[in-house]
Amino acid sequence: MIKEYLNIEKIEGPLIFLKGIEEAKYGEIIEINLNNKEKRLGKIIKIEKDLVVAQVFEGTSGMSTENLSVKFTGNPFEIRINKDILGRIYSGVGKPIDGGGEIYSGKKYSINGRPINPVSRKYPKDYIQTGISSIDLLTTLIRGQKLPIFSGNGMPHNELAAQIVSQARLSKSSTKKFAVVFTAIGVTKDDAAYFKDYFEETGAIDNVVMFVNYADDPIVERFSAPRCALTAAEYLAFEEDMHILVVMTDITSYCEALREISSAREEVPSRKGYPGYLYSDLASLYERAGMLKNKAGSITFLPILTMPNDDISHPIPDLTGYITEGQIVLSRDLTKSNIYPPVNILPSLSRLMKDGIGEGYTRSDHPDVANQLFSSYSKVINIRALAQIIGEDDLSEIDQLYMEFGRQFEQKFLKQEFTENRSIEESLEIAWEILRILPKIELDRLRDDIIKQFMT
Amino acid sequence: MNYLKKRVIKVNRASGIISYINGPVVKGENMASYTMREMVLVGEKKLIGEVISIENGIGTVQVYEETEGLSLGGEIIATGKPLSLKLGPGLLGNIFDGIQRPLKKIEEIEENFIPEGVGLISLDFEKKWDIRITIEIGDILKPGDVYAVVQETKLIEHRLMVPMGAEGKVVKRTKDGSYNLDKTVVKLEDKTGREFELKMYTEWPVRVPRKIKERMKISKPLITGQRVLDIFFPIAKGGTVAIPGGFGTGKTMTQHQLAKWSDADIIIYIGCGERGNEMTDVLEEFPKLIDPKSNRPLMERTILIANTSNMPVAAREASIYTGVTLAEYYRDMGYHVAIMADSTSRWAEALREISGRLEEMPAEEGYPAYLPSRLAEFYERAGYVKNLNDSEGSVTIIGAVSPAGGDFSEPVTENTKRFVNAFLALDKKLAYARHYPSINWLNSYSGYVKILEDWYKENVSLHVMDLRNDMMQLLHEEAKLADIVQLVGEDVLPDSQRLILEIAKIIKVGFLQQNAFHKEDTYVPIMKQFLMLSLIKYLYDQADKGIKKGIPISKVKNAELFDKVVKVKYTVPNDELRLINNITNEIDEFYEELYRKYEQVEV
Repeated sequence: MIKEYLNIEKIEGPLIFLKGIEEAKYGEIIEINLNNKEKRLGKIIKIEKDLVVAQVFEGTSGMSTENLSVKFTGNPFEIRINKDILGRIYSGVGKPIDGGGEIYSGKKYSINGRPINPVSRKYPKDYIQTGISSIDLLTTLIRGQKLPIFSGNGMPHNELAAQIVSQARLSKSSTKKFAVVFTAIGVTKDDAAYFKDYFEETGAIDNVVMFVNYADDPIVERFSAPRCALTAAEYLAFEEDMHILVVMTDITSYCEALREISSAREEVPSRKGYPGYLYSDLASLYERAGMLKNKAGSITFLPILTMPNDDISHPIPDLTGYITEGQIVLSRDLTKSNIYPPVNILPSLSRLMKDGIGEGYTRSDHPDVANQLFSSYSKVINIRALAQIIGEDDLSEIDQLYMEFGRQFEQKFLKQEFTENRSIEESLEIAWEILRILPKIELDRLRDDIIKQFMT
Repeated sequence: MNYLKKRVIKVNRASGIISYINGPVVKGENMASYTMREMVLVGEKKLIGEVISIENGIGTVQVYEETEGLSLGGEIIATGKPLSLKLGPGLLGNIFDGIQRPLKKIEEIEENFIPEGVGLISLDFEKKWDIRITIEIGDILKPGDVYAVVQETKLIEHRLMVPMGAEGKVVKRTKDGSYNLDKTVVKLEDKTGREFELKMYTEWPVRVPRKIKERMKISKPLITGQRVLDIFFPIAKGGTVAIPGGFGTGKTMTQHQLAKWSDADIIIYIGCGERGNEMTDVLEEFPKLIDPKSNRPLMERTILIANTSNMPVAAREASIYTGVTLAEYYRDMGYHVAIMADSTSRWAEALREISGRLEEMPAEEGYPAYLPSRLAEFYERAGYVKNLNDSEGSVTIIGAVSPAGGDFSEPVTENTKRFVNAFLALDKKLAYARHYPSINWLNSYSGYVKILEDWYKENVSLHVMDLRNDMMQLLHEEAKLADIVQLVGEDVLPDSQRLILEIAKIIKVGFLQQNAFHKEDTYVPIMKQFLMLSLIKYLYDQADKGIKKGIPISKVKNAELFDKVVKVKYTVPNDELRLINNITNEIDEFYEELYRKYEQVEV
């Protein structure tokens, strides 16, 4: 069945157009032989009569319409995975780039995965402690959740990701093993090195698999890198029963690549030139997170994206927010006032936390305290706007207390050291400490029994 | 005959040959004899598809399953009929994909992940149902007439109706008993001697609205137990509602609350392009929730349709039609059905995606030019109607809209607005302050306020709409004042206006905010809603008297008393409404005392 084709019609950007094809499968992988020396992989993305369009993973440079021969494999993109991948570093197409050998044993898996049947899913309930107050208390990360970090260029999202990876712990009740699949899409070499060095320093590296696509790597690999990583995550979670945290940066590079290919294919663009299927495409990544009823493991997904121009209504964060179960939004203002991690709590949200916190999970006062902090801090923002106009001295007494609450909230609660690992209890204690600044009548989200028990 | 065996109906026609594949769009040559909207089976795995255009013998097919792995030159097989739903007992409590394939059945075929090529499975043909025939030999029946009933769940009696095209005298009926869906239970013979076999299910093309006798005037509210809706922005049975909101504003939460508590007989929940975990949440939660009226699990009146965002996009386009057709089917039996479509934007995006793959000329933001007409077709299937069998039923459509960037001026929101009567705008600012449901009372509207006035007068109180309008007025005033306060602070306002700010705060926190996770607060009977708002009005009137007497706001506002009014939602259980009188008394006592003191000082 494997035939070689020599008739290349056109090469354009990362795409090659093959003519006179009689047999081809949509989505199958082709092997491209360059001058009979080098081998590259491609994937069929469109079939039109006898013209087949394929995107080339390792780039088209050096290719001409005459020096190629193409083999059709008949298979989708597959990689071989076994348990030894932990501690290793792979490229965007699943080739080792840490000097170690390839993996030869183990099953082959299609990197595209299949949609999880909603009736087979288990609703995520247990939390992951990140040691970061603003996340643990206000946007609690739940095991099996997909919770993105919306950042901007120049904001410390890489540090935050590194801190989460090294500090993340399962709740006390869990006995299963925990590991991280780290995926870099279109990151600079420096950034990638930062992560690698940090994981080595903290000793986390043994429990981390890295898939790295550098900024100057071929853009088609940006499509395969996250899919390879998620396939590895699915293997570890659902066949090795591990709890997996997938950290992926930067989704924006992924979407840019999608746009580039789309325009090379001359597709009808929708918003800002991104293809109409951006939503479905992102969903095919994000929805691979979750838990299954008949499996012990889980995939928790923490994608990081940089909002172009800090614009949360840009298609990338916008569509992401509609698929993921909440978002953690970083703020430029907080970054400028030297508050790390600069989590802007008001637009941040964890949709699944309602079922994974409180009695039996974190602590009984957690839901009320979180609610109160959100509500009080949103008042602070209004009062600050007022103070800008009339000056802080002319504010009413209560408003002045709110101003103080706001300052302490940012300085004591939000702000923490890069290496500071706070337990949930510690974070709650800090929360109570600053809530005491406000008079009791203002604490309308706290139930009386909670106030009695904890506000002493 | 075993139904499953004839599941794939081949029509004796030459097969099409696949010549083009691009995502869910496949084209085939040699398809001149195919009809528009015909169901076809594509490729080796027999993926289900639908013909959407034919030109010069080349047919375009949208495929409802993942097309990866389809080969050039593969077969496209005709089935000779349009994509249809099977309608019969077994729909309730089930969860289907966008083209009515039960996800639990699919799980039995392959666990955890959804495979391709499982064929067009739908209702369970193995299961036996207890049937009671309601007609006798010699009766004359016409389409829509009920010929038998099945107790589908403890809550709902399933009425089997004569399908379109069949009519005549009953010449044969089986005994009451337990049969599976394939069983011919009644035979009709019309004047020309043609015979019709009536089974326990019928088929109906998914895109065609079901027939009715006539539309009736909308006159009854859909009571939801949500204060901001029932009092401020009522929804009508047979009405259309849009709930637009950016991500994180609580669209899905609001939809869930409506699905749980609204007083429709049947709920159809369409998870269209949404999150897998949310569907799982519904699946795990609904069987545990108990309907307050019947004390039965809510799942017994619910049908779920799930096309999560990573499931094939063409089936997303179909899921909306599947949902509304199922709704019409139960409406025809005389039930009030409410559809929650979450979210119609994903459906519009599916249209856009397919349109893009078809290389159609795009209109606004890449959406196809026929977007408005498709939206209109969908919302127009709502209504309060007299059925062919003279029963009354309704379909209420509640569509969530997810505007890009939370901007309501985008095409889907704009066009939806043209076709719906109630618009419940969710607000980011309210959501950020964790004010839920985050329905913005200034931007929302309901065209049903006037229409339903008579019902409220008869069933709640003569004053309820006046009260609503007064309080709405007050909220509007507060919004204007808030702008001033934003600039110069609260202290400069006169006391009467400061009182408005205080009362508005009570309305917002004590009435509009509703806690979906609180036992008493998640569902509130309409009478309590009315009494709560009356209490706030009463407090306002009493306090306002004091202000008019010249008593300063600091004295008129008693923090403890105000707080009590706010907490009524928690402190007064839904079945002990007389406790509200105690608070009325406390208000009386406090202000009588205050005014007495003040008058003494005056003297």
